[in-house]
Amino acid sequence: MTITQSANIDAHLIPILEQVNDPEIPVLTVLDLGVIRQAVEENGIIKIKLTPTYSGCPAMDVIGDDLKAAFKKTGKEVEIELVLSPAWSTDWISEAGLHKMEEYGIARPLSETADKDVLLGNKKLVKCTNCGSTNTHLVSQFGSTACKALFKCDDCQEPFDYFKCLK
Amino acid sequence: MKHTHLYNYILGIADNSLILAQRLGELCGHGPTLETDIAGTNISLDLIGQARNYYQYAAKIKGEGKTEDGIAFLRLERDYKNVLLVEQPNEHFGYVMGRQYLFDVFHLLFMNQLLNSTDETLAAIAKKGIKEVSYHKRFSGDWVKRLGDGTQESNQKMQEAIDELWVYTDELFDQTEADKAMISEGIGIDTSKFKEVYYTEVSALLKEATLEVPERKYFIKGGKKGTHSEHMGYILAEMQYMQRTYPNMEW
Repeated sequence: MTITQSANIDAHLIPILEQVNDPEIPVLTVLDLGVIRQAVEENGIIKIKLTPTYSGCPAMDVIGDDLKAAFKKTGKEVEIELVLSPAWSTDWISEAGLHKMEEYGIARPLSETADKDVLLGNKKLVKCTNCGSTNTHLVSQFGSTACKALFKCDDCQEPFDYFKCLK
Repeated sequence: MKHTHLYNYILGIADNSLILAQRLGELCGHGPTLETDIAGTNISLDLIGQARNYYQYAAKIKGEGKTEDGIAFLRLERDYKNVLLVEQPNEHFGYVMGRQYLFDVFHLLFMNQLLNSTDETLAAIAKKGIKEVSYHKRFSGDWVKRLGDGTQESNQKMQEAIDELWVYTDELFDQTEADKAMISEGIGIDTSKFKEVYYTEVSALLKEATLEVPERKYFIKGGKKGTHSEHMGYILAEMQYMQRTYPNMEW
């Protein structure tokens, strides 16, 4: 799993971390999202390093509380540290996470170049999550949360969210 | 002494973001359309997030039991170091976009340099926020163009807004004692190096928007040194209300 390779996460903690979801995209676990950069147990205390998706992401405080609550059930204490560097990237979302996101109705982030072509050059590259057409257009660079842009499909007319590429 | 300068330097950056975010926050639920309303609050949220990162760092440097909330909410007017530009009121949507654009161009140039700061935390905050700020500039720049090159009325309103706001642009490049000290340490950004770039970029967009570039005659400054416009007191009265009324309250 790519997430556990790039981040330092103790294998025995994974089942508990998998129970904590992103409050704004509830189909994703914090592991899918790639915001856990470290989760290790030291002298009975779980030390977690968390990184925000966007600077002002309000989900971070909630995720921190949810992590504490999840580990409290197992009788473990948690220390959470917020880290900014290296900055979170959409590359850290797991393949399974991207798949779940699409099923949920949010188009997955394109590559950095394609993302720029779409957001700056109005190219039609984002796939509609409803009918699969790429005949879509950007309605607003800012969507329902900081990480998403608002799109509309010109074939089936469905409005949908696009997860902006961040690198 | 170095710590005092660093602390003041960080507040200088953070206060711009906080006060502009507060101004944008006032528009939550009052945007002209749903998309512009959401965009405004999104930008506000990004700026608050960046401000929080700076304040957390400032609190750590200061010690003495300082917290990010304490720094953000419990200072007096004269202790805020934001530029006058960001405290200007939300006259109308064109004015808001003009204010935003004039700040965003500066902000992005500034963040680009802050990436190279010898202070690792400041560089990390810039790295985190730079893409956000590039989205802000694209949004505000698009609206300045659209309104400038729109109807006769939107053009006139946009022109008036730019003319009024222009007098506050020079202060962006003003250097306080803390700025100078931090520049010499390699921590701070020498904004004078991109002043011309700033005016060239802004002027190019204004021309594209069929707007006239105001002639630089005189400029108003003072915010960075704590001498604010009368608007500032009203902003703080609203922003600080909860902490003043219920000291140390938390969500």
